[in-house]
Amino acid sequence: MNNFQSLRLFIPELIILSTILVAIIADLFYSKEKSYKVGYWVLTGLLLAMVVLWLTDKTEVTTLFLNSIALDPFSRIFKFIFILATLFVIIMSMRASELQKVRTGEYFVLLAVVVLGMFLMASSIDLIMVYISIEVVSIASFILAGYLKTEVRSNEASLKYVIYGAFSSGIMLYGLSLLFGLTGTTKLFEISEAIARLNGEGNLTLIIATIFIMAGFGYKISAVPFHFWTPDVYEGAPTPITAYLSVAPKAAGFALLIRFFNSLFGTGAVFEPGTWQSLEGIPWQQVIAVVAAITMALGNLVAIQQSNIKRLLAYSSIAHAGYILMGIPVLSQDGIHAMIFYIIVYLFMQLGAFFVAILISNKFGTEEIAKYSGIGFKSPLLGVLMALFMFSLTGIPPTAGFIGKFYLFAALINGGSQFYWLAIWGVLNSVVSLYYYMRIVKVMFFEGQSELELYLPSAVPTTLLMVFGIPTLLFGVYWSPIADWVQNSLIFFVVRM
Amino acid sequence: MDWNILSWLIWLPILGSAVIILIPREKADTIKFVAAVATGIQLLVAIVLWTKFDSSTVGFQFQEKVSWISSLNVHYSLGIDGLSLPMALLTALLSFLCIFVSWKIEKAIKGYFALFLLLDAGMMGVFLSLDFFLFYIFWEVVLLPMFFLIGMWGGSQREYAAIKFFLYTLAGSVLMFIAILALYFACGRTFDMIEIMAIAPTALAGKLWWGFESLKVIWILFFIAFAIKVPIFPFHTWLPLAHVEAPTAVSVILAGVLLKMGTYGILRISYPMLPDGAVWFAGALAVLAMINIIWGALCALAQTDLKKMVAYSSINHMGFVMLGMSAVVAAGAKNGTNLIAAEAGLNGAVLQMFNHGIITAMLFILVGVIYDRAHHRNIDGFGGLGVRMPIYTGIVALAFFAGLGLPGLSGFIGEAMCLIGAFPVYRGIVIVSVFGILLNAAYFLWAFQRIFLGKLNEKYADLPEINRREIFTLVPLAVLVIFLGIYPTPVLDVMKTTLSHLIEIVQSSSLLALQ
Repeated sequence: MNNFQSLRLFIPELIILSTILVAIIADLFYSKEKSYKVGYWVLTGLLLAMVVLWLTDKTEVTTLFLNSIALDPFSRIFKFIFILATLFVIIMSMRASELQKVRTGEYFVLLAVVVLGMFLMASSIDLIMVYISIEVVSIASFILAGYLKTEVRSNEASLKYVIYGAFSSGIMLYGLSLLFGLTGTTKLFEISEAIARLNGEGNLTLIIATIFIMAGFGYKISAVPFHFWTPDVYEGAPTPITAYLSVAPKAAGFALLIRFFNSLFGTGAVFEPGTWQSLEGIPWQQVIAVVAAITMALGNLVAIQQSNIKRLLAYSSIAHAGYILMGIPVLSQDGIHAMIFYIIVYLFMQLGAFFVAILISNKFGTEEIAKYSGIGFKSPLLGVLMALFMFSLTGIPPTAGFIGKFYLFAALINGGSQFYWLAIWGVLNSVVSLYYYMRIVKVMFFEGQSELELYLPSAVPTTLLMVFGIPTLLFGVYWSPIADWVQNSLIFFVVRM
Repeated sequence: MDWNILSWLIWLPILGSAVIILIPREKADTIKFVAAVATGIQLLVAIVLWTKFDSSTVGFQFQEKVSWISSLNVHYSLGIDGLSLPMALLTALLSFLCIFVSWKIEKAIKGYFALFLLLDAGMMGVFLSLDFFLFYIFWEVVLLPMFFLIGMWGGSQREYAAIKFFLYTLAGSVLMFIAILALYFACGRTFDMIEIMAIAPTALAGKLWWGFESLKVIWILFFIAFAIKVPIFPFHTWLPLAHVEAPTAVSVILAGVLLKMGTYGILRISYPMLPDGAVWFAGALAVLAMINIIWGALCALAQTDLKKMVAYSSINHMGFVMLGMSAVVAAGAKNGTNLIAAEAGLNGAVLQMFNHGIITAMLFILVGVIYDRAHHRNIDGFGGLGVRMPIYTGIVALAFFAGLGLPGLSGFIGEAMCLIGAFPVYRGIVIVSVFGILLNAAYFLWAFQRIFLGKLNEKYADLPEINRREIFTLVPLAVLVIFLGIYPTPVLDVMKTTLSHLIEIVQSSSLLALQ
């Protein structure tokens, strides 16, 4: 479809674009104290975009802008995930005390920019577009991580993020150019055909290119060994941004990863039940399985040693990236289904855990787990919900986290006995993760005494907590609608127009 | 009869738990009252169920089946047979009594009773589920309240004990989770236990995973999960700690019901679904049983803490259950088709599960009684209490004698049947195990002597006698101990048909055929 025709199907993105422009201008008219109101503009704009996205054709599969981005149910479900996560984070940001000291107009604008970038990440089918979309998200994230200009650790976070980001995207760019040199095209679906025509020639180049590109993706989803930036950035960034980075850009990274590998190594036909055709001679299934195994183990083992709640959740998010990666090596529709399902429940439980941490930090002024003692008695609501999120992150029934893990392990077991080791490794890792998640629960409930004065957050935070908490419990008991929705979204654009 | 009697058994305590959460926390008496009513009705329902249960039919009764998640073929499916009925009765009885054992809890009453009822529901669910998915959820749901009950209301080392308990059991259950998934896909995407029982033996036959027979891999995964729960040596180290640190009522539930989830799992899942595995593993099970019996008894003998002694005695007693279970191979043609031995073993095992639940509950309640008064449990720290507390001493004597397997009390029959059943096949093991009984007598009698006989310790000259509430919690158990010791038929009748059927399933295993 040419550029002009494409605009008709690009309305949600255009709304976000207008939101960004309107918000920038609106920011000019607010004083420093009132600048948080820009957040309402962004909130409204994103809500509008979500409604419009809802109204678009659920089954439309086509390409836009001369085959540079795809429009398909797969990108559509991810777009909902991005908007939802951003909406939650905007509300969380308005409640975070650390952000009340600074002018936050640009902050909300940048969040909207990230959303736009992630929209493109989930739908790009052109190497150039892949790179541009990743950079849009990254650069806006760099600024957001360093948003607390006066705090050294925030500056440090931003700088580290920039250096690692520049490094890994440079490597990825090299990989992309190798791929281009090998195939002579930037379109993913044409690359797949070109590779098939090579008949095994240039496999070495292909392997190197793939590994280099994996560096870029690995950086976005913070998979080992590209995870080194994660803890420092997560600790230094404003807490809502930490929460955001651990969910939304990660989801976008996975979306891109799935699409990339599906296009490159897929059968070239419409995504059908069954398995992908793996490229002969490249054991990349095993490579990703090993990366997943190491990622979750490292995330969990290091998380055990953390005493700061943000660092702990940061490392645990590395572990979760490892779990989600388990869906790739089996090369099946079940695997992708499980990954998307897990990302959805992960959104609720991870953002929920971070929001509780923000409220605790606001009220009790600490991010140290050791100082959480007795919070279960001081504020039963926060305590019980934190326990719920921790159980869910561990993957204990009857919570949504268990169902997410269930799908992942089911896909792995169904994929045949070659990946049973990964499944057993994965479940044992959840046992390890139980240790540090339970430590938080332990401090909150096993120490301290009943208190007379109870702390109850005000109406808006309580509502948001419920928005996180209820799905975390509900999807553990009844999750058919979500599973069906994900199932119906497993339609990719793959055929050349 | 479709008034969903089994659902009521599970949902009554959950309902009670929900009601308790809504009661303001100042109203302690109302909270306890609600808890007592919820478990009381549950007990009544369980008794009604027992009277309506038809012990002559093979298969599950009072079945309920509703589709839950159709895309995964998950059902809300319940049913009861001669194996689960005694366990359900035990759960209901002990839960009800434990509400009264917990009457004096002072810290965060609302949370305690809400969690306790949740625990009750989880255990009941484990025994009644016929869908693997549901089974697994209940299996894990038991862990959560247990973790908090030990960790928040336990003794000085409670945090460590709670986390150790949680880690151990979760490690086991996640392996079971993998095994369940493997069965799910091997049997054509079904979680229905009855279907899997029918399909699994053929579906798994001849499949190799990394060079191992798939059924052996699955058997081992299940076995580790259940072994941790029972607990079977060497997975037992969480038990003494958790039992000692837990508050009295929770120890009662732990030893009385939770341990049985392990042996129940083996009989409900491993045996009928993987009969070849059962035969293949029977010898190892018998050896492990012997180790449990001797090791448990020796450890109990070495304890100075009364509660720890009782905890180790549980390891010993569960050993007899396992020994009885291993006797099932006696029914095979290879072993002379000794049906009587197999039946004695298996019936003895389940009877011992039930009886041990009752006896150990008594023991833990009695330990709690003395701890509430003296604030320590050091066996050597008492002396001559028999003079001071005659009624208490009498009940303790009864419980100890039942624990050491005195003929005429319920502990004897189960153990004897297990030994008789296993004797034809595992002669040497049984002979060694009998020494376990001797050791049992040694530590029980020695502890009794040190606490109750001899010169009265002046420090405890004015220790108050056991009160009415405590007697109320003990009397039903004591009556059962004596009654089932003389006349175990009511319990045996219930399980007989089901267990005979189970023996037939294992008997059909090709590993037992004559060469």
